[in-house]
Amino acid sequence: MFDSLTQRLNGVLSSLRSRGKISNADIENTCQEIHRALLEADVALLVVNDFIEIIRERSLEVLPTLQSGTNQAQAIFEIINAALVEILGAQARRVRFAKAPPTVIMLAGLQGAGKTTLAGKLAKFFADQGNTPILVASDLQRPNAVTQLQVVGESIGVPVFAPEPGNGIGSAVKVARDGVAYAKARQHNMVIVDTAGRLGVDEALMNEAIAIRDVINPAEIFFVVDAMIGQDAVRTARAFLDGVGFDGVVLTKMDGDARGGAALSIAHLTKRPIMFVSTGEKLTDFDIFYPDRMASRILGMGDVATLAEQAKKAFNSDAAAKLETKFTSGEDFTLEDFLEQLQAMSKMGSISKMLGMLPGAGQMKKQIDNFDDAEIIRAQAIVQSMTPLERRDLKVLNGSRRARIARGAGRAVSEVNSLIERFTQAQKMMRQMRGGTPQGLPPAMAGMGPMAGGMPRIQSPKAAPKKKSKSGNPAKRALEERG
Amino acid sequence: MGLFGKIIAKITGSADASAADWDELKTALLAADLGPELSNEVVAAARSVRAGSATEAITKALTSSLCNESREISRSISGPTVLLIVGVNGTGKTTSAAKLAAALASDDSTVLLAAADTFRAAAVDQLRTWGERLDIDVVHGADNADPASVAFDAAQQVIARNMDYLIIDTAGRLHTKNDLMAELGKVKRVVEKILPVQEVLLVIDATTGQNGLTQAKIFTESVDVTGIIVTKLDGSARGGIALAIERSLGIPIKWVGTGESVNDFARFDPAAYIQALL
Repeated sequence: MFDSLTQRLNGVLSSLRSRGKISNADIENTCQEIHRALLEADVALLVVNDFIEIIRERSLEVLPTLQSGTNQAQAIFEIINAALVEILGAQARRVRFAKAPPTVIMLAGLQGAGKTTLAGKLAKFFADQGNTPILVASDLQRPNAVTQLQVVGESIGVPVFAPEPGNGIGSAVKVARDGVAYAKARQHNMVIVDTAGRLGVDEALMNEAIAIRDVINPAEIFFVVDAMIGQDAVRTARAFLDGVGFDGVVLTKMDGDARGGAALSIAHLTKRPIMFVSTGEKLTDFDIFYPDRMASRILGMGDVATLAEQAKKAFNSDAAAKLETKFTSGEDFTLEDFLEQLQAMSKMGSISKMLGMLPGAGQMKKQIDNFDDAEIIRAQAIVQSMTPLERRDLKVLNGSRRARIARGAGRAVSEVNSLIERFTQAQKMMRQMRGGTPQGLPPAMAGMGPMAGGMPRIQSPKAAPKKKSKSGNPAKRALEERG
Repeated sequence: MGLFGKIIAKITGSADASAADWDELKTALLAADLGPELSNEVVAAARSVRAGSATEAITKALTSSLCNESREISRSISGPTVLLIVGVNGTGKTTSAAKLAAALASDDSTVLLAAADTFRAAAVDQLRTWGERLDIDVVHGADNADPASVAFDAAQQVIARNMDYLIIDTAGRLHTKNDLMAELGKVKRVVEKILPVQEVLLVIDATTGQNGLTQAKIFTESVDVTGIIVTKLDGSARGGIALAIERSLGIPIKWVGTGESVNDFARFDPAAYIQALL
């Protein structure tokens, strides 16, 4: 298969960087590469052409004013980045609340784009901010879409207005109208209306969406679109814009590996802002769309801003302060701290997702994909099988203690050993770094080094026995005994 | 007849076509989601074919991109035939499972459905509703049950009841989630303890872009996909990605979905599909 957009652009730009001086022909080559890369990333052809035109024009303009080749490559890189941000985010804005509540948000999109799941995520997002949303089940088409919304609503504690069972029975327009009236009567300040999936070319269903829109007068209509959509994004987005119309775009399934394409096309062609991205199956896997972050991501510059934000959320400030005092007072970083950090990290969500946000992660994509989040759980089990004394002082860990810990955690002794080895490395690093963690990364991440890449079980060659003595380490002993 | 038709009308006889015409043609292929690689290939092939007209040349080039594998659902030699339905979220797996069940049942065969999508809220109910409409039994477990155990139960039932087909609907999963892909592998392995899984059908949404290739590749790596179901072909998307998958991985397209009703489902017709691409 082809490389991701990030990988491709990295390839193009690193070949540019290695040149002494960039010629006009180089720019042409770069443009051609970007052209192909964008097509493979499903950016609509029209948009690709516009985009390339901007890059070419600006590059040719800036090029003669610069001296060294490196500067020129950097300049082109910045031009591309700026153009991406421009297209992705020129219209960026927050959700508009209605002057007189409730604020009505209507969702529209193709079948399977993820509207119902998104409705739940939106409701949770706004409820967490102190709003009192209610969900309205106006998708009476797909079998059991209503039930799905009810289950979603229940799991986040948001009421669902669902007077009709769905499955083709009832009027979606009436449900929407009654839902808004119900919300008003009960003083909910927000109503999120889930509608049936419809094709851009289906006139009857588009008219139904228009009818719903007209009776509920929404403050926002969001066009919900699958990030994996191809060239049809343009036709479909236009059909919805000309049909029911929309004020913002939500990209779903952004946790897949198809990123960028549809976002660029839709933002450029409809001039509607991308408001949110949906990044996983959990109802918290949802975020505001940041054009600069997306552009950085596309360009392989990593998404450090998002990572830092998630870290801030997960490591509550108390724990961070405690760690800092410990750190500066010269106290050692213990296994208990290590465990605390591992737990905080698992709260942040999937480690592989987090690693993917790091700068330069594009190149190590394979390793990241292979990272097994369960390793954290296993590491936790191992640490939790230790006594407090053992956690504080690793020196007491003799063979029989290690064997007991392994039994307690249900892992092999070799895994206990490898965890301790990793921790010792992290501890060493912490001692070296005393005075401030670089990039504000949690130290446990540093100790994660050998884990990424599928956690090679530490079976170091030096494990071969030197003499016939019985090793104190049960893993080694077992090896010895087997001969 | 869209843009493509116009272009073809313009190019009379492949030998007379100008470079600009071929460029325009390539643009149209790209717009159908064939992807840059296959589009280039098809245009190059069409240019080298000495056909009476460009239409013929393009049709030939596209047709030669199809693979020679059988497009029939292969029957198990003895005992029930098991079909596993897989794909990313929202492509239409549950709907396709139901439609396929109806299509197979209409040939006087007995069909059992298994609701192994135990993850998405109400997915089991969705399949059960279909089952009631079609009068086809649906095996299901408790909410959040292990999908492999539901599939296994269903396999036992289909043997005990001496039925012809078992169609297992699975939860949508992004191919980038290793744990979920591993879960899918487990479903297949567990069923295979008592019955061979004859077909693994990957459901591809016609609106999918080039990511579809990656999807197909990774699903094939984990559960050995034997056929493609292209859904939502009734929209404005032409589903060119399916051809790109067939071309690059040699997995045949077997069925197509063209609407929300149970009859909007048909065996893949290569000629009609290529006609629609044009």
